[in-house]
Amino acid sequence: MIRVEHLKKSFGNNEVLKDISVTIDRREVVVVIGPSGSGKSTFLRCLNRLEEVTSGHIYIDNVDITDPKVNINKIRAEVGMVFQHFNLFPHKTVLENIILSPIIVKKVPRKIAIEKAYDLLQKVGLKEKADDYPASLSGGQQQRVAIARALAMEPKVMLFDEPTSALDPEMVGEVLEVMKRLAKEGMTMVVVTHEMGFAREVGDRVLFMDQGFIIEENTPKELFENPQQERTKSFLSRIL
Amino acid sequence: MNFRIDLIIEYMPYFLRGTAYTIGISLLGILFGLILGLFIGLGKMIKNRFLSFPFTAYITFFRGTPLMLQILIIHFGVVRALLGETNGVFAGIMALSLNSAAYVAEIFRAGIQSLDKGQMEAARSLGMNYYQAMRHVILPQAFKRMIPPLGNEFIILLKDSAQISIIAVPELTYWARVFQGRFYKVWEPYLTAALIYLFLTVVLTFLLDRLEKRLKQE
Repeated sequence: MIRVEHLKKSFGNNEVLKDISVTIDRREVVVVIGPSGSGKSTFLRCLNRLEEVTSGHIYIDNVDITDPKVNINKIRAEVGMVFQHFNLFPHKTVLENIILSPIIVKKVPRKIAIEKAYDLLQKVGLKEKADDYPASLSGGQQQRVAIARALAMEPKVMLFDEPTSALDPEMVGEVLEVMKRLAKEGMTMVVVTHEMGFAREVGDRVLFMDQGFIIEENTPKELFENPQQERTKSFLSRIL
Repeated sequence: MNFRIDLIIEYMPYFLRGTAYTIGISLLGILFGLILGLFIGLGKMIKNRFLSFPFTAYITFFRGTPLMLQILIIHFGVVRALLGETNGVFAGIMALSLNSAAYVAEIFRAGIQSLDKGQMEAARSLGMNYYQAMRHVILPQAFKRMIPPLGNEFIILLKDSAQISIIAVPELTYWARVFQGRFYKVWEPYLTAALIYLFLTVVLTFLLDRLEKRLKQE
Protein backbone atom coordinates (compact mmCIF):
# COMPACT_ATOMS: atom_id res chain seq x y z
CA MET A 1 0.00 0.00 0.00
CA ILE A 2 2.87 2.39 0.80
CA ARG A 3 6.17 1.87 -0.95
CA VAL A 4 9.08 4.14 -0.19
CA GLU A 5 12.09 3.96 -2.50
CA HIS A 6 15.44 5.58 -1.74
CA LEU A 7 13.88 8.51 0.03
CA LYS A 8 16.28 11.35 0.84
CA LYS A 9 15.49 14.60 2.54
CA SER A 10 17.79 17.51 3.32
CA PHE A 11 17.19 20.80 5.08
CA GLY A 12 19.86 22.98 3.51
CA ASN A 13 23.11 21.12 4.07
CA ASN A 14 21.64 18.96 6.79
CA GLU A 15 20.74 15.57 5.39
CA VAL A 16 18.03 14.23 7.66
CA LEU A 17 16.92 11.18 5.68
CA LYS A 18 19.76 9.46 3.91
CA ASP A 19 18.30 6.50 2.08
CA ILE A 20 15.00 5.10 3.24
CA SER A 21 13.31 2.21 1.49
CA VAL A 22 10.43 0.40 3.09
CA THR A 23 7.10 -1.16 2.18
CA ILE A 24 4.01 -0.98 4.33
CA ASP A 25 1.12 -3.33 3.68
CA ARG A 26 -2.58 -2.71 4.00
CA ARG A 27 -3.87 -3.22 7.57
CA GLU A 28 -0.35 -3.24 8.89
CA VAL A 29 0.63 -1.26 12.01
CA VAL A 30 4.21 -0.04 11.71
CA VAL A 31 5.84 1.60 14.69
CA VAL A 32 8.86 3.84 14.11
CA ILE A 33 11.25 4.30 17.02
CA GLY A 34 14.63 5.92 17.39
CA PRO A 35 16.53 8.67 19.21
CA SER A 36 15.47 12.28 18.71
CA GLY A 37 16.97 13.74 15.56
CA SER A 38 17.00 10.35 13.90
CA GLY A 39 14.61 11.58 11.18
CA LYS A 40 11.53 9.59 12.17
CA SER A 41 9.16 12.57 12.26
CA THR A 42 10.55 13.89 8.99
CA PHE A 43 10.03 10.47 7.45
CA LEU A 44 6.41 10.48 8.57
CA ARG A 45 5.84 14.02 7.29
CA CYS A 46 7.21 13.05 3.89
CA LEU A 47 4.49 10.42 3.62
CA ASN A 48 1.82 13.10 3.11
CA ARG A 49 4.26 15.63 1.66
CA LEU A 50 4.12 18.05 4.55
CA GLU A 51 7.83 17.92 3.76
CA GLU A 52 8.88 17.93 0.13
CA VAL A 53 11.29 15.08 -0.50
CA THR A 54 14.73 15.86 -1.88
CA SER A 55 14.94 12.67 -3.93
CA GLY A 56 13.41 9.21 -4.11
CA HIS A 57 9.84 8.10 -4.55
CA ILE A 58 6.85 7.37 -2.35
CA TYR A 59 3.99 5.35 -3.78
CA ILE A 60 0.63 5.18 -2.08
CA ASP A 61 -1.64 2.68 -3.84
CA ASN A 62 0.76 2.87 -6.77
CA VAL A 63 0.44 6.64 -7.13
CA ASP A 64 3.79 8.41 -6.89
CA ILE A 65 3.03 11.25 -4.48
CA THR A 66 6.44 12.84 -5.06
CA ASP A 67 5.37 13.59 -8.63
CA PRO A 68 4.85 17.39 -8.76
CA LYS A 69 1.86 16.86 -11.07
CA VAL A 70 -0.06 14.74 -8.59
CA ASN A 71 -3.02 16.38 -6.83
CA ILE A 72 -1.55 16.49 -3.36
CA ASN A 73 -4.80 17.65 -1.74
CA LYS A 74 -6.53 14.52 -2.94
CA ILE A 75 -3.70 12.35 -1.56
CA ARG A 76 -3.76 14.14 1.78
CA ALA A 77 -7.51 13.66 2.07
CA GLU A 78 -6.81 9.94 2.08
CA VAL A 79 -3.89 10.04 4.49
CA GLY A 80 -4.91 11.03 8.00
CA MET A 81 -2.39 12.65 10.30
CA VAL A 82 -2.32 13.11 14.05
CA PHE A 83 0.18 15.58 15.46
CA GLN A 84 2.13 15.76 18.68
CA HIS A 85 0.44 19.04 19.62
CA PHE A 86 -3.05 18.05 18.38
CA ASN A 87 -3.39 21.21 16.22
CA LEU A 88 -7.13 21.43 16.69
CA PHE A 89 -8.71 24.60 15.33
CA PRO A 90 -9.25 26.70 18.48
CA HIS A 91 -11.91 28.95 16.94
CA LYS A 92 -14.19 26.02 16.17
CA THR A 93 -16.09 23.64 18.41
CA VAL A 94 -15.20 19.98 18.60
CA LEU A 95 -18.00 19.13 16.17
CA GLU A 96 -17.01 21.90 13.73
CA ASN A 97 -13.40 20.72 13.85
CA ILE A 98 -14.52 17.30 12.69
CA ILE A 99 -17.02 18.28 9.99
CA LEU A 100 -15.06 21.18 8.45
CA SER A 101 -12.90 19.22 6.06
CA PRO A 102 -15.47 16.61 4.97
CA ILE A 103 -17.83 19.46 4.05
CA ILE A 104 -15.44 21.76 2.22
CA VAL A 105 -13.07 19.20 0.71
CA LYS A 106 -15.26 16.16 0.08
CA LYS A 107 -18.51 18.13 -0.30
CA VAL A 108 -20.29 15.84 2.14
CA PRO A 109 -23.76 17.24 2.96
CA ARG A 110 -23.67 18.95 6.35
CA LYS A 111 -26.29 16.72 7.91
CA ILE A 112 -24.47 13.54 6.97
CA ALA A 113 -21.15 14.97 8.11
CA ILE A 114 -22.66 15.77 11.50
CA GLU A 115 -24.11 12.27 11.91
CA LYS A 116 -20.77 10.77 11.03
CA ALA A 117 -18.99 13.13 13.44
CA TYR A 118 -21.21 12.01 16.32
CA ASP A 119 -20.43 8.37 15.50
CA LEU A 120 -16.73 9.15 15.59
CA LEU A 121 -17.05 11.10 18.83
CA GLN A 122 -18.86 8.14 20.32
CA LYS A 123 -16.01 5.95 19.20
CA VAL A 124 -13.41 8.10 20.98
CA GLY A 125 -15.71 8.51 23.96
CA LEU A 126 -16.34 12.24 23.69
CA LYS A 127 -19.87 12.56 22.37
CA GLU A 128 -20.87 14.91 25.18
CA LYS A 129 -18.07 17.33 24.25
CA ALA A 130 -19.35 18.01 20.71
CA ASP A 131 -20.25 21.64 21.37
CA ASP A 132 -17.26 22.52 23.53
CA TYR A 133 -14.23 24.44 22.33
CA PRO A 134 -10.88 22.65 22.27
CA ALA A 135 -9.43 24.93 24.94
CA SER A 136 -11.85 23.52 27.52
CA LEU A 137 -10.68 19.93 26.91
CA SER A 138 -7.77 18.10 28.52
CA GLY A 139 -4.79 17.15 26.37
CA GLY A 140 -5.92 13.55 26.11
CA GLN A 141 -9.40 14.60 25.06
CA GLN A 142 -8.00 17.02 22.48
CA GLN A 143 -5.86 14.29 20.97
CA ARG A 144 -8.86 11.96 20.76
CA VAL A 145 -10.80 14.68 18.95
CA ALA A 146 -7.84 15.12 16.61
CA ILE A 147 -7.98 11.40 15.84
CA ALA A 148 -11.73 11.64 15.18
CA ARG A 149 -11.13 14.65 12.94
CA ALA A 150 -8.61 12.72 10.85
CA LEU A 151 -10.91 9.69 10.66
CA ALA A 152 -13.79 11.83 9.42
CA MET A 153 -12.05 12.01 6.05
CA GLU A 154 -12.17 8.19 5.88
CA PRO A 155 -8.46 7.87 5.24
CA LYS A 156 -6.80 4.76 3.90
CA VAL A 157 -3.88 5.17 6.25
CA MET A 158 -3.28 7.05 9.48
CA LEU A 159 0.01 8.66 10.43
CA PHE A 160 0.71 9.40 14.09
CA ASP A 161 3.54 11.79 14.93
CA GLU A 162 4.39 11.20 18.60
CA PRO A 163 0.71 11.42 19.54
CA THR A 164 1.27 11.00 23.28
CA SER A 165 4.52 12.93 23.78
CA ALA A 166 2.83 16.17 24.76
CA LEU A 167 0.42 14.54 27.20
CA ASP A 168 0.48 14.28 30.96
CA PRO A 169 1.26 10.67 31.91
CA GLU A 170 -2.24 9.90 33.18
CA MET A 171 -3.73 10.80 29.77
CA VAL A 172 -1.47 8.67 27.63
CA GLY A 173 -3.55 5.55 28.24
CA GLU A 174 -6.83 6.90 26.88
CA VAL A 175 -5.20 7.95 23.59
CA LEU A 176 -3.35 4.66 23.16
CA GLU A 177 -6.60 2.84 23.87
CA VAL A 178 -8.28 4.60 20.93
CA MET A 179 -5.30 3.81 18.70
CA LYS A 180 -5.37 0.15 19.72
CA ARG A 181 -9.03 -0.12 18.81
CA LEU A 182 -8.29 1.51 15.46
CA ALA A 183 -5.53 -1.01 14.80
CA LYS A 184 -7.86 -3.89 15.66
CA GLU A 185 -10.39 -2.60 13.16
CA GLY A 186 -7.77 -3.01 10.49
CA MET A 187 -6.60 0.56 9.90
CA THR A 188 -3.22 0.86 8.25
CA MET A 189 -1.11 2.88 10.67
CA VAL A 190 2.38 4.36 10.83
CA VAL A 191 3.16 5.46 14.36
CA VAL A 192 6.18 7.41 15.56
CA THR A 193 6.27 6.95 19.30
CA HIS A 194 8.30 6.41 22.43
CA GLU A 195 5.64 4.12 23.88
CA MET A 196 7.41 0.77 23.73
CA GLY A 197 4.49 -0.98 25.41
CA PHE A 198 2.23 0.12 22.55
CA ALA A 199 4.80 -0.94 19.96
CA ARG A 200 5.05 -4.37 21.55
CA GLU A 201 1.33 -4.90 21.94
CA VAL A 202 -0.09 -3.39 18.75
CA GLY A 203 2.76 -3.14 16.26
CA ASP A 204 3.09 -5.68 13.47
CA ARG A 205 6.53 -4.38 12.72
CA VAL A 206 8.98 -1.98 14.33
CA LEU A 207 11.41 0.20 12.39
CA PHE A 208 14.41 1.46 14.32
CA MET A 209 15.81 4.66 12.81
CA ASP A 210 19.03 6.46 13.59
CA GLN A 211 20.87 9.27 11.80
CA GLY A 212 18.64 9.16 8.76
CA PHE A 213 18.74 5.43 8.13
CA ILE A 214 16.48 2.52 9.00
CA ILE A 215 19.00 0.53 11.02
CA GLU A 216 16.84 -2.46 11.75
CA GLU A 217 13.29 -3.67 11.22
CA ASN A 218 11.57 -6.68 12.64
CA THR A 219 8.54 -7.86 14.57
CA PRO A 220 8.33 -6.13 17.95
CA LYS A 221 9.12 -9.34 19.81
CA GLU A 222 12.27 -10.02 17.79
CA LEU A 223 13.44 -6.43 17.75
CA PHE A 224 13.03 -5.84 21.46
CA GLU A 225 14.24 -9.23 22.66
CA ASN A 226 16.87 -10.02 20.11
CA PRO A 227 18.20 -6.84 18.45
CA GLN A 228 20.86 -7.53 15.84
CA GLN A 229 22.53 -4.15 15.47
CA GLU A 230 24.78 -2.46 18.04
CA ARG A 231 22.96 0.84 17.74
CA THR A 232 19.60 -0.81 18.30
CA LYS A 233 20.95 -2.56 21.38
CA SER A 234 22.40 0.60 22.87
CA PHE A 235 19.19 2.58 22.15
CA LEU A 236 16.97 -0.10 23.69
CA SER A 237 19.21 -0.46 26.73
CA ARG A 238 18.85 3.27 27.36
CA ILE A 239 15.07 3.37 27.19
CA LEU A 240 13.80 0.00 28.40
CA MET B 1 -7.23 86.39 28.82
CA ASN B 2 -10.52 86.96 27.13
CA PHE B 3 -11.89 83.54 26.16
CA ARG B 4 -14.76 84.03 23.68
CA ILE B 5 -17.15 81.11 24.06
CA ASP B 6 -19.70 83.02 22.02
CA LEU B 7 -17.39 82.90 19.01
CA ILE B 8 -17.06 79.12 19.37
CA ILE B 9 -20.83 78.78 19.48
CA GLU B 10 -21.25 81.02 16.49
CA TYR B 11 -18.68 79.02 14.61
CA MET B 12 -20.01 75.62 15.68
CA PRO B 13 -21.66 74.73 12.31
CA TYR B 14 -18.22 74.90 10.67
CA PHE B 15 -16.64 72.77 13.38
CA LEU B 16 -19.40 70.21 12.96
CA ARG B 17 -19.12 70.17 9.20
CA GLY B 18 -15.36 69.74 9.55
CA THR B 19 -15.92 66.90 12.01
CA ALA B 20 -18.21 65.17 9.52
CA TYR B 21 -15.45 65.44 6.90
CA THR B 22 -12.87 64.12 9.35
CA ILE B 23 -15.03 61.12 10.21
CA GLY B 24 -15.96 60.38 6.60
CA ILE B 25 -12.44 60.69 5.28
CA SER B 26 -11.05 58.57 8.12
CA LEU B 27 -13.62 55.84 7.52
CA LEU B 28 -12.91 55.73 3.80
CA GLY B 29 -9.17 55.87 4.51
CA ILE B 30 -9.23 52.88 6.85
CA LEU B 31 -11.61 50.97 4.56
CA PHE B 32 -9.39 51.28 1.49
CA GLY B 33 -6.35 50.88 3.71
CA LEU B 34 -7.71 47.54 4.97
CA ILE B 35 -8.46 46.17 1.52
CA LEU B 36 -5.19 47.30 0.02
CA GLY B 37 -3.27 46.33 3.15
CA LEU B 38 -4.55 42.75 3.12
CA PHE B 39 -3.48 42.44 -0.49
CA ILE B 40 -0.04 43.94 0.16
CA GLY B 41 0.44 41.88 3.31
CA LEU B 42 -0.27 38.67 1.42
CA GLY B 43 2.03 39.87 -1.35
CA LYS B 44 4.86 40.41 1.08
CA MET B 45 4.46 36.84 2.35
CA ILE B 46 5.12 35.32 -1.08
CA LYS B 47 8.18 33.13 -0.67
CA ASN B 48 9.67 34.12 -4.02
CA ARG B 49 11.74 37.24 -3.27
CA PHE B 50 11.42 38.53 -6.79
CA LEU B 51 7.61 38.55 -6.59
CA SER B 52 7.40 39.89 -3.04
CA PHE B 53 9.85 42.74 -3.69
CA PRO B 54 7.29 45.31 -4.98
CA PHE B 55 5.20 44.80 -1.86
CA THR B 56 8.19 45.11 0.44
CA ALA B 57 9.27 48.25 -1.43
CA TYR B 58 5.79 49.74 -1.05
CA ILE B 59 5.78 49.19 2.69
CA THR B 60 9.30 50.54 3.06
CA PHE B 61 8.45 53.70 1.13
CA PHE B 62 5.21 54.55 2.92
CA ARG B 63 6.54 53.77 6.36
CA GLY B 64 9.88 55.45 5.73
CA THR B 65 8.76 58.86 4.49
CA PRO B 66 6.73 61.58 6.26
CA LEU B 67 2.99 61.43 5.73
CA MET B 68 2.97 65.19 5.13
CA LEU B 69 5.29 64.75 2.18
CA GLN B 70 3.18 61.88 0.82
CA ILE B 71 0.12 64.14 1.01
CA LEU B 72 1.88 66.89 -0.95
CA ILE B 73 3.22 64.49 -3.58
CA ILE B 74 -0.16 62.85 -4.08
CA HIS B 75 -2.07 66.13 -4.08
CA PHE B 76 0.11 68.17 -6.42
CA GLY B 77 1.66 65.30 -8.36
CA VAL B 78 -0.29 62.09 -8.55
CA VAL B 79 -3.86 63.39 -8.49
CA ARG B 80 -3.13 66.17 -10.96
CA ALA B 81 -1.54 63.64 -13.28
CA LEU B 82 -4.54 61.33 -12.92
CA LEU B 83 -7.42 63.80 -13.03
CA GLY B 84 -5.86 66.76 -14.80
CA GLU B 85 -6.67 68.99 -11.82
CA THR B 86 -6.16 68.94 -8.09
CA ASN B 87 -8.84 67.58 -5.81
CA GLY B 88 -8.08 67.88 -2.10
CA VAL B 89 -10.65 65.45 -0.76
CA PHE B 90 -9.69 62.80 -3.28
CA ALA B 91 -5.98 63.32 -2.64
CA GLY B 92 -6.51 63.29 1.12
CA ILE B 93 -8.38 60.00 1.10
CA MET B 94 -5.85 58.53 -1.28
CA ALA B 95 -2.85 59.58 0.81
CA LEU B 96 -4.36 58.29 4.04
CA SER B 97 -5.40 54.99 2.41
CA LEU B 98 -2.03 54.36 0.79
CA ASN B 99 -0.21 55.28 3.98
CA SER B 100 -2.33 53.18 6.32
CA ALA B 101 -2.23 50.25 3.86
CA ALA B 102 1.50 49.93 4.55
CA TYR B 103 0.91 49.64 8.30
CA VAL B 104 -2.16 47.41 7.86
CA ALA B 105 -0.10 45.11 5.63
CA GLU B 106 2.38 44.58 8.42
CA ILE B 107 -0.45 43.99 10.91
CA PHE B 108 -1.95 41.35 8.61
CA ARG B 109 1.38 39.67 8.08
CA ALA B 110 2.17 39.63 11.79
CA GLY B 111 -1.32 38.33 12.60
CA ILE B 112 -1.03 35.48 10.15
CA GLN B 113 2.55 34.59 11.00
CA SER B 114 1.89 34.69 14.75
CA LEU B 115 -0.34 31.64 14.37
CA ASP B 116 1.24 28.30 15.13
CA LYS B 117 2.30 26.73 11.85
CA GLY B 118 0.67 23.52 13.03
CA GLN B 119 -2.67 25.13 12.16
CA MET B 120 -1.79 25.35 8.48
CA GLU B 121 -0.27 21.87 8.56
CA ALA B 122 -3.36 20.37 10.19
CA ALA B 123 -5.63 22.01 7.62
CA ARG B 124 -3.46 20.87 4.72
CA SER B 125 -3.14 17.35 6.14
CA LEU B 126 -6.95 17.15 6.03
CA GLY B 127 -6.86 17.75 2.30
CA MET B 128 -7.67 21.47 2.23
CA ASN B 129 -5.88 23.48 -0.42
CA TYR B 130 -4.00 26.67 0.50
CA TYR B 131 -6.99 28.97 -0.04
CA GLN B 132 -9.44 26.77 1.85
CA ALA B 133 -7.00 26.58 4.76
CA MET B 134 -6.54 30.37 4.69
CA ARG B 135 -10.24 31.04 4.45
CA HIS B 136 -11.52 28.60 7.09
CA VAL B 137 -8.62 28.15 9.49
CA ILE B 138 -5.94 30.83 9.32
CA LEU B 139 -7.72 34.12 8.58
CA PRO B 140 -10.57 33.77 11.13
CA GLN B 141 -7.99 33.28 13.87
CA ALA B 142 -5.64 35.93 12.54
CA PHE B 143 -8.41 38.54 12.28
CA LYS B 144 -9.17 38.17 15.95
CA ARG B 145 -5.55 38.90 16.81
CA MET B 146 -5.50 41.82 14.40
CA ILE B 147 -8.41 43.70 15.96
CA PRO B 148 -6.40 45.54 18.65
CA PRO B 149 -3.57 46.70 16.36
CA LEU B 150 -6.05 47.57 13.59
CA GLY B 151 -8.01 49.63 16.10
CA ASN B 152 -4.82 51.46 16.99
CA GLU B 153 -4.16 52.08 13.34
CA PHE B 154 -7.63 53.53 12.90
CA ILE B 155 -7.10 55.93 15.80
CA ILE B 156 -3.73 56.99 14.41
CA LEU B 157 -5.29 57.54 10.99
CA LEU B 158 -8.06 59.66 12.50
CA LYS B 159 -5.50 61.93 14.12
CA ASP B 160 -3.22 61.93 11.07
CA SER B 161 -6.13 63.13 8.96
CA ALA B 162 -5.50 66.58 10.48
CA GLN B 163 -2.46 66.83 8.21
CA ILE B 164 -4.57 66.99 5.08
CA SER B 165 -5.71 70.46 6.20
CA ILE B 166 -2.52 71.63 4.48
CA ILE B 167 -4.07 70.86 1.07
CA ALA B 168 -7.25 72.74 2.06
CA VAL B 169 -9.51 69.76 2.66
CA PRO B 170 -12.35 71.29 4.73
CA GLU B 171 -11.98 68.97 7.71
CA LEU B 172 -11.82 69.82 11.39
CA THR B 173 -8.27 71.19 11.62
CA TYR B 174 -8.78 73.22 8.46
CA TRP B 175 -11.76 75.04 9.98
CA ALA B 176 -9.82 75.65 13.18
CA ARG B 177 -7.11 77.34 11.15
CA VAL B 178 -9.68 79.41 9.27
CA PHE B 179 -11.16 80.46 12.61
CA GLN B 180 -7.75 81.64 13.77
CA GLY B 181 -7.25 83.66 10.62
CA ARG B 182 -10.64 85.25 10.82
CA PHE B 183 -10.88 86.19 14.50
CA TYR B 184 -7.17 86.33 15.44
CA LYS B 185 -7.91 83.86 18.21
CA VAL B 186 -5.73 80.85 19.06
CA TRP B 187 -7.07 79.11 22.13
CA GLU B 188 -10.72 78.99 21.08
CA PRO B 189 -10.41 77.17 17.73
CA TYR B 190 -7.54 74.87 18.58
CA LEU B 191 -8.80 73.80 21.98
CA THR B 192 -12.26 73.15 20.52
CA ALA B 193 -10.80 71.07 17.70
CA ALA B 194 -8.59 69.20 20.17
CA LEU B 195 -11.61 68.41 22.34
CA ILE B 196 -13.56 67.12 19.35
CA TYR B 197 -10.66 64.88 18.27
CA LEU B 198 -10.36 63.66 21.85
CA PHE B 199 -14.06 62.90 21.95
CA LEU B 200 -13.81 60.90 18.71
CA THR B 201 -10.79 58.88 19.80
CA VAL B 202 -12.26 58.16 23.24
CA VAL B 203 -15.52 56.92 21.70
CA LEU B 204 -13.58 54.84 19.20
CA THR B 205 -11.39 53.33 21.91
CA PHE B 206 -14.50 52.45 23.89
CA LEU B 207 -16.13 50.74 20.89
CA LEU B 208 -12.98 48.82 20.06
CA ASP B 209 -12.61 47.64 23.65
CA ARG B 210 -16.12 46.31 23.58
CA LEU B 211 -15.58 44.55 20.27
CA GLU B 212 -12.39 43.00 21.61
CA LYS B 213 -14.14 41.74 24.74
CA ARG B 214 -16.98 40.29 22.75
CA LEU B 215 -14.62 38.43 20.44
CA LYS B 216 -12.72 37.10 23.43
CA GLN B 217 -15.88 35.56 24.83
CA GLU B 218 -16.60 33.61 21.67
